Amino acid sequence: MILAMQDYIPRRYTEFKWDKPDGSLLLLFGGVLLLLIVASIVGAILKQTARSESAQRVIANLNSRTRAWWKMSAIFALTLLVGKIGSLILFALLSFLALREYITLVPTRRGDHRTLFWTFFIITPLQYYLIAINWYGFFAILIPAFAFVFIPARIALAGDTEHFLERAAKIQFGLMICAYCLSHAPALLILKIPHYEGRNSVLLLYLVLVDQMSDVLQYVWGKLLGRHKIAPNVSPNKTWEGFGGGVTTATLLGAFLSWATPFTRWQSAGMSLAITILGFLGGLVMSAIKRDAGVKDFGTVIEGHGGILDRIDSLCFAAPVFFHLVRYWFAR
Amino acid sequence: MSDKIHPLARIIAAVARGLSGVQVRWQGCVPEPRQRIYFANHTSHLDFVVLWSALPKKLRARTRPVAAKDYWQAGFRSFLAQRVFRAVLVERGAAARAAHEEHKHEEQAHGTGFAVIEQLAEAMGERDSLIFFPEGTRGTGETLAEFKSGLYHLAKRRPDVELIPAYLENLNRILPKGEFLPAPLVSTLTFGAPIRVEEGEQKHEFLERARAAVLSLRRKENE
Repeated sequence: MILAMQDYIPRRYTEFKWDKPDGSLLLLFGGVLLLLIVASIVGAILKQTARSESAQRVIANLNSRTRAWWKMSAIFALTLLVGKIGSLILFALLSFLALREYITLVPTRRGDHRTLFWTFFIITPLQYYLIAINWYGFFAILIPAFAFVFIPARIALAGDTEHFLERAAKIQFGLMICAYCLSHAPALLILKIPHYEGRNSVLLLYLVLVDQMSDVLQYVWGKLLGRHKIAPNVSPNKTWEGFGGGVTTATLLGAFLSWATPFTRWQSAGMSLAITILGFLGGLVMSAIKRDAGVKDFGTVIEGHGGILDRIDSLCFAAPVFFHLVRYWFAR
Repeated sequence: MSDKIHPLARIIAAVARGLSGVQVRWQGCVPEPRQRIYFANHTSHLDFVVLWSALPKKLRARTRPVAAKDYWQAGFRSFLAQRVFRAVLVERGAAARAAHEEHKHEEQAHGTGFAVIEQLAEAMGERDSLIFFPEGTRGTGETLAEFKSGLYHLAKRRPDVELIPAYLENLNRILPKGEFLPAPLVSTLTFGAPIRVEEGEQKHEFLERARAAVLSLRRKENE
């Protein structure tokens, strides 16, 4: 007598299936994979041909950046495949680590200690929990309204008035950038977009891809053609040539990727233009903060890139604006 | 004494590492399996655990903290200090008394102070290293207090071991004195070059030099 496996396993187990990953998601992953392979090969060739010491240093930095990109892409791809919970955990962790880098640089005082505990362990996780339970209304106001009144109140209760306004403002700013703004990227997953159901993770990948490619392209164009500095006092590496080349090519890339989005080709180009320009501004603002604090990078955790916040500064600015553009014009 | 590390010690060390996000820099020496006294600034309960967990696994089993008897003697604290981390509990301020006695009756140096130095030297034995906080108590992190004289006497008693200065940065912000909930910022731990008591060096000269060695490991702004 032959019994099929199913006879022994209760139906509820056999019926469980992974959500099949969206076809366009896999296609985009394939594109990223191809890009990484090409970058690695080009890097290996350049390493052989580089003559001068300064060129070698640039190439070494380029190659360590590529290695880091492999790891970051793998982690991001994995969490996207796991689904909403995977992405939420990843971004919550990114918020936590970015906030940690930021607060480490900002001079806080002993009286801020309990407030800081709240920002790290209560407010930031709560922000992501609200996405998990689809509570958009509370998600949108938790940090701008509730944390905004809570933080100065908690500091005042602690009783230290020295640099009071400065301390409260700096903690609130960090929470806005690292937790509130960044959380709008995975919040794309709870938008209801007609004719795009079940594909929101593709939209999240689109945002991250265009944003990060814009960073890379601005860097590459800047290295190749960069002459005229945009804001030499803030960031000596940002040039008009890099900015123009990066914005143009990243916008073209976004237009080309419209098949993966709910947008038409022109809409997708517009969205990408918004993402790239905001990403640029994000990098500029965070550079200004670093310059003011007298450091080059927020951290050292990502090989060749600096800290977490150095990598995601552009995303922190692009995510909330992109989210609301999509929500206003495309979501139900 | 075995090379086994208490399982709770591993867990506490892992949590402390995570909370403190510590970046370890071996600036003036490398981790080596030899007897050493690590001496560092003291601002937080996390100091010892972070320093200890920054050592390679093999060295951890052979490195013991020096802790104040009055604080770590009773109840759960005693369990943590003695069973989990194999701390050497000493009487605070004893070394100062030893110095006092040294001046007054050099011929009969049997007071508690010398007993403590003797106790530490013995606890080190042939292979153990110590973690030592020569300020004697936790500070606020803004300044480094004067060093107590125990370090000097121990160094004289055990000239065979290396004295390694270390600087722990930001732990006062992560878990300051009097708080039990942490703010998980990034901290830095820097190990400096070994120092020793020079020929004919006076106690206060050596202690000042040791203190300067710890201070010099502070990260420069703009680095």
